[in-house]
Amino acid sequence: MQRYRNRRLDVLRASSRRWLVLAALICALAGCGGQQLEGQVSNAAGTIASIQNKGSDTIVNLALAWVEAYTAAYPQVSISVTGGGSGTGIAAMINGTVDIANASREMKEEEYQAARANGIEPIEHVVAQDAIAVVVHPDNPVDQLTLQQVSDIYTGRITNWLQVGGEDRPIVLLSRESNSGTYVYFLENVVRLGKESDLLLSPDTLLMPSSEGIGAEVRQNRNAIGYDGLGYVTHEEKMLAIARDDAGPYVLPSASSVNDGTYAIARPLYMYTAGEPTGAVASFIQWVLTEGQVQVDDLGFVPLQ
Amino acid sequence: MRRSRRTLVALRSGPEWAIEAIIRVLGVSTIGLVALIFIFLLTEGLPAFFEIPLGNLLGIRWYPTSELYGTLPLLLGSVLITVVAMIIAFPLGVCTAVFIREIAPAWAREILKPMVEVLAGIPSVVLGFFGMVVLAPVVREGLGAPTGLTTFTGALVLAYMALPTIISVAEDALDAVPKSYRDAGLAMGATEWQTIWRVVLPAARSGILMALMLGMGRAIGETMAVMMVTGNAARMPVGLDALLRPVRTMTATIAAEMGEVASGSTHYHVLFAIALILFVLVFAITLASASVMFRRRERGGLR
Repeated sequence: MQRYRNRRLDVLRASSRRWLVLAALICALAGCGGQQLEGQVSNAAGTIASIQNKGSDTIVNLALAWVEAYTAAYPQVSISVTGGGSGTGIAAMINGTVDIANASREMKEEEYQAARANGIEPIEHVVAQDAIAVVVHPDNPVDQLTLQQVSDIYTGRITNWLQVGGEDRPIVLLSRESNSGTYVYFLENVVRLGKESDLLLSPDTLLMPSSEGIGAEVRQNRNAIGYDGLGYVTHEEKMLAIARDDAGPYVLPSASSVNDGTYAIARPLYMYTAGEPTGAVASFIQWVLTEGQVQVDDLGFVPLQ
Repeated sequence: MRRSRRTLVALRSGPEWAIEAIIRVLGVSTIGLVALIFIFLLTEGLPAFFEIPLGNLLGIRWYPTSELYGTLPLLLGSVLITVVAMIIAFPLGVCTAVFIREIAPAWAREILKPMVEVLAGIPSVVLGFFGMVVLAPVVREGLGAPTGLTTFTGALVLAYMALPTIISVAEDALDAVPKSYRDAGLAMGATEWQTIWRVVLPAARSGILMALMLGMGRAIGETMAVMMVTGNAARMPVGLDALLRPVRTMTATIAAEMGEVASGSTHYHVLFAIALILFVLVFAITLASASVMFRRRERGGLR
């Protein structure tokens, strides 16, 4: 029995020794790998610059197009783009985890304060214009609304399409979630008509987690009305012509109507940096403001000038 | 024989002791983790009750960006959708369990039981997508709702998700009813249906109740599918038409808003307060089902 135990122990020892060797090998390999990686990074530190870019879901496709074109021209720069919403991007910029925050709204005063508390002075760059289109189902006979009517519809004062010259159908309100920059802009400039007021979206408003959610419901549902960035409207949704007041002309959103200021619901899109941009970030933003405006046009946004 | 026992003793002094210690640490840490989560929820959620007047917090308007934090529509929304889901899923689930356990032939049982388990494995985002694309148009066209994204659509998806839980727990309960009960029923001249309805089901009553509660816990905590199919409108779900109107649940609110909120702000604390309410609700449900289970055990597995 004694012998039996000893043999077992030997086997155990042998196997544990084998494991030790294996583990040592793995460690060595991992160590080598680590060294190699470090070497690469330090070799490349002079040439590869990496930029973190995060924020508005409205801008994310545009930012991706920019990055694709920019890194094709300047392969030594690597840029990562993530969405999440304007607030998310700005918060990340304030916390110093990204270099550029994309935002479809201006930074709020509290956010400026939070940034200053972190020792950061955010700098604002207007990088494109975006128009918000009001969309309905293609079979909806309504073609045009005034801003006042859109506001009344979204606050729940108008609840039937009949009241704005359509069919006898209930109106189903669609909106982005309250964390979206598009929501904030729409609330302040359309529902509240740009005035100081405490008007709110009707509690019956469906809050959709994504642009695609709004698109899907508008395409399916003849009762629905929604709003979204011009770049996200597909051919299966009908855009409404909007007038500033009863007298004013009804204007469809387009690049020209946004640039000449006749379309009422348009907004600038922003990039925020922590302090004046330097180095690779500065050249990227400079490129966006000049050559990058081609992509702005391609994606259905409105280029600067 | 002697040899192997000695080996065991020798092993216990060495690796056995270590393994026991590891298992003990793991077991205790599970409880510790739950306690830590609860403490975390308390520290993050309780400030909300001091920062916001109670009238606002229990109000009916949820506009967190305009500092209106009425949680009532969210709470009622969660409760309504869960109750409706259970009304749909409970009879279906119990009937399926009865069919699998009492009526189906053995070969069918062998197929059906794993099928039910597969049902439980479908990711909720897939069910949510199915609900959005397939169920929503049906509800809109078929039931005449203004939009297909309604409480009812959500309850249907939730019912589907709670079904596997209900079926397997109810089936286990039926399984625990001794064969002698069935034999006695049939011997007294009762038909098969009478035996199931009057003898077997009442005998498995507490287990079936537990199935309901576990299904309920599953439904009230579900997030993704609910967020995709209910429309997320924070309206008060009162009145007869509430079923065919959109609704916003507590889980969907937390999921939709937590990513965007500034940490430490009032809105952030309110979201944690909602999580706290949800935690307490689910805890109460679990506690109730556990007490049912313990009572059953005390009575020797029956009644």
